[in-house]
Amino acid sequence: MVAPVTEIGYNSKVEGEVIVTRADAVINWIRSNSIWPMPMGLACCAIELMAAGCSRFDISRFGAEVMRFSPRQSDCMIVAGTVTYKMAVHLRRIYDQMAAPKWVIAMGACASTGGMYRSYAVLQGVDRIVPVDVYISGCPPRPEALLDGLIKLQSKVKRESSAKNLLRA
Amino acid sequence: MTAAAELTTALGAQWPGITERPSLDHPAFDVPLDSLVAVLRHLRDSQGYDFLADITAVDWKDRTPRFTVVYHLFSTTHHNYVRIAADCAGDTVNPEAPSIVELWPGANWHERECFDMMGVKFLGHPDLRRILMWDGYPYFPLRKEFPLAGIETVLPDDEIAAVTGEPVRPAPMAGGPFVATPGLLVSENEPRAKDESWNERKAKPDA
Repeated sequence: MVAPVTEIGYNSKVEGEVIVTRADAVINWIRSNSIWPMPMGLACCAIELMAAGCSRFDISRFGAEVMRFSPRQSDCMIVAGTVTYKMAVHLRRIYDQMAAPKWVIAMGACASTGGMYRSYAVLQGVDRIVPVDVYISGCPPRPEALLDGLIKLQSKVKRESSAKNLLRA
Repeated sequence: MTAAAELTTALGAQWPGITERPSLDHPAFDVPLDSLVAVLRHLRDSQGYDFLADITAVDWKDRTPRFTVVYHLFSTTHHNYVRIAADCAGDTVNPEAPSIVELWPGANWHERECFDMMGVKFLGHPDLRRILMWDGYPYFPLRKEFPLAGIETVLPDDEIAAVTGEPVRPAPMAGGPFVATPGLLVSENEPRAKDESWNERKAKPDA
């Protein structure tokens, strides 16, 4: 027989101590440690991105293991590969479909600058069509470099004025 | 008698217009455009060249006729190749060649690519659209007059073009194209711009 709950107030013995903090700190802590990536794998960088997701490098140590293939469920587009003009419009549309707040990592030389593809067909840097937060050098970058970029993005997210942005929105 | 010589006699007897084409590797023939389909059908059905390996085209720039279509056939029984070339009909802007999709269904995408890159119209093709570049792209990028960097045009999607305000821009070549030098050791053979007198900050001399 379970006794009926009679307490209505806050019981610190059950719930633990109260912590007072700033809204920004809480929101940014939550956001930065569960970045769900949109794997925009377009070329060989995607192989390194997959390696970063696997057990040896294990991107889940940084809370970003939930690769979502739907833009509606992801907050960080990792552009991993060569972006042709034909693909660029779809990339931008997928970016537009992502729910805010959203970030973009340009992974590797091609996504950052067009890389070695100085040609008529290749967009010379994905920052021409979407706002990029972190650029990662390399051709392709090693998984460690991607993780370093992710840590950079986390520290960037932690500096945002999230509460103010929430109220503005 | 070698396979190449046999092929020359067999084709020459039936089509007197066929000439041998200079080639460093496989037997090659220049074929008049009007007998092209018949020759390819003969090679497929009677000579055993049953596999279509490639269709491409050559842009000779100033020569008339300007474009030549080139077919590579492979024999899966004798394991050798033959190359067939034919000068295109039509003018210098709209070269034409007959489609061979009815001979090899695999020719479909080869011909679409050839049309996309060189602008060769394959008459009788069931669905001659661009395959690599987007529909509505105004140029043929592998023609001689087309610069590697590209020509400014609009993005394939009007909505995205309006939102980003970003056109398809010519790529910055900065002394390029970036190519390796033939004949050097791999370690010394990094692709480089050959003309380093100009770059993105310093304009190209007399250009």
